[in-house]
Amino acid sequence: MREHVDVLEHLGARVTRVRRPEDLAAVDGLVLPGGESTVIDKLSRTFGLREPIVAAIRDGMPVLGTCAGLIMMADRLADGIDGQQTFGGLDVTVRRNAFGSQRESFETELIVPALGEPPVAATFIRAPLVEEVGSARALAFLPGGSIVAVEQDGLLGLSFHPEMNGEDRFHRRFLDRVRV
Amino acid sequence: MSAAPTTGTARVKRGLAEMLKGGVIMDVVTAEQARIAEDAGAVAVMALERVPADIRAQGGVARMSDPDLIDDIIASVSIPVMAKARIGHFVEAQVLQELGVDYIDESEVLSPADYVNHIDKWGFTVPFVCGATNLGEALRRITEGAAMIRSKGEAGTGDVSEATKHIRTITGEINALKSKSKDELYVAAKELQAPYELVAEVAETGKLPVVMFTAGGVATPADAAMMMQLGADGVFVGSGIFKSGDPAARAAAIVKAATFYDDPAVLAQVSRGLGEAMVGINVADLPAPHRLADRGW
Repeated sequence: MREHVDVLEHLGARVTRVRRPEDLAAVDGLVLPGGESTVIDKLSRTFGLREPIVAAIRDGMPVLGTCAGLIMMADRLADGIDGQQTFGGLDVTVRRNAFGSQRESFETELIVPALGEPPVAATFIRAPLVEEVGSARALAFLPGGSIVAVEQDGLLGLSFHPEMNGEDRFHRRFLDRVRV
Repeated sequence: MSAAPTTGTARVKRGLAEMLKGGVIMDVVTAEQARIAEDAGAVAVMALERVPADIRAQGGVARMSDPDLIDDIIASVSIPVMAKARIGHFVEAQVLQELGVDYIDESEVLSPADYVNHIDKWGFTVPFVCGATNLGEALRRITEGAAMIRSKGEAGTGDVSEATKHIRTITGEINALKSKSKDELYVAAKELQAPYELVAEVAETGKLPVVMFTAGGVATPADAAMMMQLGADGVFVGSGIFKSGDPAARAAAIVKAATFYDDPAVLAQVSRGLGEAMVGINVADLPAPHRLADRGW
């Protein structure tokens, strides 16, 4: 989360931490950072943040989700734990921990045509994969063809962490949507 | 299409700890406890044969857990699973990496296997967390490749006073470095017994280059929130949950307290109706040979 704040502030955005419904009401866009999606689900329900976030996404609030954030934006999970819910919004099916344990976490460079050159330096940490896209658009693939970035209207979901490598082009894209 | 992927980089190792920030990591000894922890909102579990309170009570040599137990726990939850290796026991670490644990804790809670050397953690793909009681110790562990630091406290006691002492020591020493001029940092590095480059980096940034959780004696939501207010990035809870009267309720309450650590209204609410806390031992009553925090150097 700290790296997201650094990147966004560097791009001139005002950043605030959303922990309560009133925090959400005060922002124009939302970043769902990495973490454990099971924990984000649990705490957002306990503290009354789930319904307001679902409503904000439905009403068109731009959202950038990385890793667990992508999981939370998915309409469908291939392998959620019992009772796990997402906020939804992206018409995709996501598989959590798609690469295995931390041993398999990696850094790589991705060609992202929507961003042009140079390639994106991306860090995948116990990362999810997009298994199926409905009306969302795939923006990037791994060499084997797995989808790792998707976009649908103002929603941008990434399997990986561009913020860890100081990559700011996805954040710029998100802020462009926020400023519209 | 893309450059070849690289595993085990410092960024990948430290990155997982970044993702755990603000969360609670819970000791579990069975798959069922692991599921209770996950359901309560733990960001990770530590797979053990005995929690520290039992290691303390039963005595004897404490070693890496049985691989069958670790496999069971890995299979039962979707959150990261950590496991402990003895200080300096690089073969236990090789075994844990082979089992596919997400993090290895080179831990003073187990009996040390080497009273001189810690594990060379750079040689592993899996990341390590190590204990520290002060800044010099933390920086020595980071030099050896630790990707996360855990202030030690006194495990298995339910007495939070040592945890308080260690995190205050580390943050106090970081603050002292920040106020030093450049020419004083050479002596600071000598006194901390840590490499100059790391000492200079901490002086410049005002923080460790890796995530730091607090551990050792945390037993209540208020304990967890206090550690967060003192500057911890998150909390390990060992015996405090499954040695208490109502583990599921206590686990969920400690998770909420770690998130809303600066909101006394939430803390008051989540502290209610949790049943008995673990009985505990006052650290002051522990004779020196039984203090686990003294292991590691």
